[in-house]
Amino acid sequence: MQVSEWGQAFAGGMLIGLGAIMLMLFNGRIAGISGIAANAFTAPGQSSWRWAFLVGLVIAPLLTRQFGFSLPAQIPGTLWLMAAAGLLVGIGTQLGSGCTSGHGICGLARFSPRSLLATLVFMGSGIVTVTLARHLL
Amino acid sequence: MQQFISALIAGVLFGAGLTVSMMTDPVRVLDFLDVTGAWDPTLAFVMAGALAIYMPIYHFYVKPRARTVFGEPCQLPAATALDTPLVSGAGLFGIGWGLSGICPGPGITNLTGGDPAIFMFIGCMLLGMITTRTLRKT
Repeated sequence: MQVSEWGQAFAGGMLIGLGAIMLMLFNGRIAGISGIAANAFTAPGQSSWRWAFLVGLVIAPLLTRQFGFSLPAQIPGTLWLMAAAGLLVGIGTQLGSGCTSGHGICGLARFSPRSLLATLVFMGSGIVTVTLARHLL
Repeated sequence: MQQFISALIAGVLFGAGLTVSMMTDPVRVLDFLDVTGAWDPTLAFVMAGALAIYMPIYHFYVKPRARTVFGEPCQLPAATALDTPLVSGAGLFGIGWGLSGICPGPGITNLTGGDPAIFMFIGCMLLGMITTRTLRKT
């Protein structure tokens, strides 16, 4: 762990918070990425703002790259692992009505009991999964 | 049009924050979840930074009026039940997150990097989302 990176992480977090609260202030919407992505496909006709937000997410690294903040060079994991993880994330976020952004940021900030419970559960199952995969299997 | 532009700017800020904060690096996410190994607490600061902005503005500005700056009603989640789908869904999501180190936001932002692994992840994520929604509606 490097203490010098904690400030960078906090500043990046503030940018995330700024983007999320902007979506609430100007669009009246929760910045829940899983919900926005799913609705962009399942609720056509009223989703132009959703596609705009998703395009923003995708083009953002092209801007941050100018300031020396780049994406990871490589995504670790086999394609099979990615397929399984992607499916679990897709199914889980729809059953659980949210992910790290909708529950973990917007929901916690709004003091939502549902989001607090969801965040504790997905953090917990994430920790168990990593512990099993890295240390016990 | 205004809705489109504000959402685009919000998305750019959100994605820039994911990149600057290193949430887009799956290894860092896995190191954060590895509490029994060489735990890396950096990502806790990401959440702290996001909450430091969202929480005060939400409670002092958004909540009292429940309207956007343009006077439109805010669409806030109505559900309050601590039910089984919430817990089982969050549990499944956490397993997928722990296997890959990728959650939906950083996954979508990583598409720009062009790694085939991320396209596989996002493709299967969308498949899982749409299938779950379709099955739950029927």
